[in-house]
Amino acid sequence: MAIRMQKPWIELTPEAVQAVPAQLGVYQLAAPDGAVVFIGFAGGRSLFGLRSELERLLGEHPEGATRFRYEVNQQYTTRHRELLMLHVADHGALPMANRADPPAGLGRLSPL
Amino acid sequence: MNLEPTEEQRQIVATVRRFVREEIVPLEAKLDPDASELTKEDFDRLTSKVRAMGFWGLDIPAEYGGAGVDLVTRTLMAVEMSQHRAGLYAPCYGVFGSAGLAQLYEATQEQKQRYLYPMLRGEKRGFFGLTEPSGGSDPARAIRTRAVKEGSDWIINGSKVFISGADRAHFGLVFARTDAEKGRSGITCFIVDTDMQGFHVRRVVHTLRSSHYATELQFEDLRVPEANILGEVGKGFAIANDRLSRQRIPYAAACIGVAVKAQELAIAYARQRETFGAPLATRQAVQWMIVDNEMDIRTSLWLTLAAAHKADSGQPYRMDAGMAKLVASEAGGRVVDRAMQIHGGYGMTKDLPFERWYREMRIRRVGEGPNEVQRHLIARDLLGAGLR
Repeated sequence: MAIRMQKPWIELTPEAVQAVPAQLGVYQLAAPDGAVVFIGFAGGRSLFGLRSELERLLGEHPEGATRFRYEVNQQYTTRHRELLMLHVADHGALPMANRADPPAGLGRLSPL
Repeated sequence: MNLEPTEEQRQIVATVRRFVREEIVPLEAKLDPDASELTKEDFDRLTSKVRAMGFWGLDIPAEYGGAGVDLVTRTLMAVEMSQHRAGLYAPCYGVFGSAGLAQLYEATQEQKQRYLYPMLRGEKRGFFGLTEPSGGSDPARAIRTRAVKEGSDWIINGSKVFISGADRAHFGLVFARTDAEKGRSGITCFIVDTDMQGFHVRRVVHTLRSSHYATELQFEDLRVPEANILGEVGKGFAIANDRLSRQRIPYAAACIGVAVKAQELAIAYARQRETFGAPLATRQAVQWMIVDNEMDIRTSLWLTLAAAHKADSGQPYRMDAGMAKLVASEAGGRVVDRAMQIHGGYGMTKDLPFERWYREMRIRRVGEGPNEVQRHLIARDLLGAGLR
């Protein structure tokens, strides 16, 4: 499995979000310029998994996000942390919309 | 051998049980089902409570500020501390403190100042770097990471895998081969700072234990000063093995605690849930599962307490600790599996803790030495050292 998320980006619209499965997993939001602005997860307490998490964000469009992509993943907690660490390794900081509530004790990765 | 708890042990067990039920379990209702950490506010608050109870630092020797409890009491506490959703791998979310890297108690004074004391104060984190892609159960042969002396330094090259906490650590113990000809006498333990040039955490290793991940490490011309050798050159194997038997006892006890809780939930559900006009508890199929659970729990508990008693009384206990780990990890898996079966569909959901326990309990048969290795060691003790 590639460690960086490589799914195609999807326009962040109500119709597109309706097609997202109600599964556990991780997702990314991107601004129009392609920059990842938020990395989140749909955990075991989410009502309809990824779909309801993304529905919630439809009204907010954090940091001007216009696109999303997701990955169904039962290991959503460790995958979420991995994606955050990868973003820090690649860009030197957390995505803009993750900075207000950074996860405690995020580790460091130096991927090849 | 008298394994009846003393009055003091009964009081300690009651105190820990109340703490788990009143402080830990309610917090879990708000956490993600796979969470392994509390908020800093809750962690600090509960750590203060544990300190006030005098239980902080259960595995830290008393001379270093720990609680200084004997292993039987530690076992009884571990059985209680694991009786919640995250309890198998994060008993009470760590608010009872951790011994960290116990091997550092054998360090030099200077090393203790730089690593041990900051670790005990919670200022530094460490990792234990033994397992390599070539294997973990037979480190004497599997270690291919090499350290070569250059002047007064050692240059380390190689890789490690399944290493917990390295990405968050300030330092770690890295076992490397310093003499290719000497087998287990050719392994040395180095204390490595994670900000040293040439230290890399290459990737996260995802496992069934979705609340925690392991990491894969790479060392590229990592230069370590001679002063960072823990113990002596060529004596790393003994350091790696030190305390392994001791750690297997609370490891077994955590499996028992989860099994006890699973059994408690299964009994409550069997009494309440009706099928075809009668409670599940009246069905022989369910009764037998409950009985088998109880036998698994008691067998594991007595074996584990017996191992702890032997350790406390200064008797050889390696075989007993291995047996406790083996039996408790296998029995724990069976108990959780039966409890899920009794709960039917609900047993499979994240609404209840079983699915997490089921995944995590599977790992216990491999962690702390696979059960096949435990059987091998027990056979060697029974049949004689000539058996290889």
